[in-house]
Amino acid sequence: MLYIKCPYCGIRAQTEFAYGGDATVKRPELNKEITDKEWDEFVYLRKSLRGKHLEFWHHISGCRQWFKVQRDTATHEIFKTLKPHEEL
Amino acid sequence: MQKYSVFNLIKNAFSGHQNWEVAWKDPTPKKSYDVIIIGGGGHGLATAYYLAKEHNITNVAIIEKGWIGGGNVGRNTTIIRSNFMHDANGRFNEFSMDLWRNMSQELNFNVMFSPRGIINLAHSDAQMNAYARRGNSMRLNGIDAVLLNREEIKKIIPMADFSDDVRFPIFGGLMQPSAGTARHDAVAWGYARQADSMGVDIIQNCEVLGFDVVGGKIKGIRTSRGDIKAKKIGLCVAGSTSILAEKLNMTLPIETHLLQACVSEPVKPLLDHVVTFGAGHFYCSQSDKGEMVMGGDLDGYNSYAQRGNLPTLQHVLTEGIAMFPFLSKLKMLRTWGGIMDMSMDGSPIIDKTHIEGLYLNCGWCYGGFKSTPASGWTFAHTIAQDKVHKLNADYNLNRFSKGYLLDEKGLGTKTWIS
Repeated sequence: MLYIKCPYCGIRAQTEFAYGGDATVKRPELNKEITDKEWDEFVYLRKSLRGKHLEFWHHISGCRQWFKVQRDTATHEIFKTLKPHEEL
Repeated sequence: MQKYSVFNLIKNAFSGHQNWEVAWKDPTPKKSYDVIIIGGGGHGLATAYYLAKEHNITNVAIIEKGWIGGGNVGRNTTIIRSNFMHDANGRFNEFSMDLWRNMSQELNFNVMFSPRGIINLAHSDAQMNAYARRGNSMRLNGIDAVLLNREEIKKIIPMADFSDDVRFPIFGGLMQPSAGTARHDAVAWGYARQADSMGVDIIQNCEVLGFDVVGGKIKGIRTSRGDIKAKKIGLCVAGSTSILAEKLNMTLPIETHLLQACVSEPVKPLLDHVVTFGAGHFYCSQSDKGEMVMGGDLDGYNSYAQRGNLPTLQHVLTEGIAMFPFLSKLKMLRTWGGIMDMSMDGSPIIDKTHIEGLYLNCGWCYGGFKSTPASGWTFAHTIAQDKVHKLNADYNLNRFSKGYLLDEKGLGTKTWIS
């Protein structure tokens, strides 16, 4: 069982949360002409790092806020949690 | 190579089975090879075997970081099936089925292929309609499919929960009678032994540290046991694909996730088929030793851990008990995990890359085991001929940017949900 510190509620069990994927992927700017390559990178391509990984989680059975977690994908150690607008 | 037969078994009994030839050798890596396959799992070993057998390319090395068959080929739930709706997936996996049927004879190694049939249960009218559609697609591709109603299912698996007050009543199911299981370790060992006998070097405990790419062309690899040159290199490393891709400055449409499986204590034979729960993600079969072999959902977040987390196991087994209530009486014997190369449309990638001489085989998601022979066969063809075969033409890498996805389940890019 992972224990994740929601930035709004504190430490809770993993079962309260839903995963939201790689938080470093940036959506191309709205109303801007973008190439197929940019769209491909945003929709499909992932670094899938082994080691420190910045990812979104959703406190779906709690406060329902989205936030970021920096976690090791091999050991599952959680280093830091951030509000969605905060940067590492 | 010493043939495995009843006569050799008797002959070797006289010397107390002390004089059997080794099944494969433990060579020191040579300075260069025609082809290097990275990854000594089922797919890598099969690729090397078919390179030697079908294309007469025997100056081949398999480079394996750990030991052969120690990854997903030894960790899966051994299910073999071709019950796909899309033409490309159906054709590819039915070709695989043909190779499975003759594998024990071809490899002179008993892989215990057991075509016992798979049943996907349906729990609503809508699901029955979807299965009828899938079954029809399968039959159009020459794959056997039978739609069964509730009474027919009850005759086959009377131990399932057929009571009236359940949350997910069984409406019926789709069966592929020719699907089944095989002994997964034997598949790796059988391919390894034959490949070795034809001259392939199986190099274990050898980690790939980097690649030599000059002018857009692959020249060789750097390993923990020295540099090795090669004209062509095939990547066959499943959940570790993204780690090697990073060393090649490639970003791929895959993510690595963890999948668990477990077996119960052994019980007397009671389940003759592979059965899947249709209202969640759970599948079950009974091994020849009597253990119930079970699996289900991914752990749900990027992971290279190769070991699982309990909440997912609990969730999966809850589904199992909803389908087969008797499971609640059994003790779990073992649980384990493997890391899956989850592709963004749920279908694999077997293709050339933008680097000349570098070939890619990945994206197998949950279902790599059943495709082992076809994957090896088509990947060997792609490497030997430097062009894709029509069987793996749709498993190309650029289908994502072009929009030609092969999304069998229609789940999209959230790989951890699928």
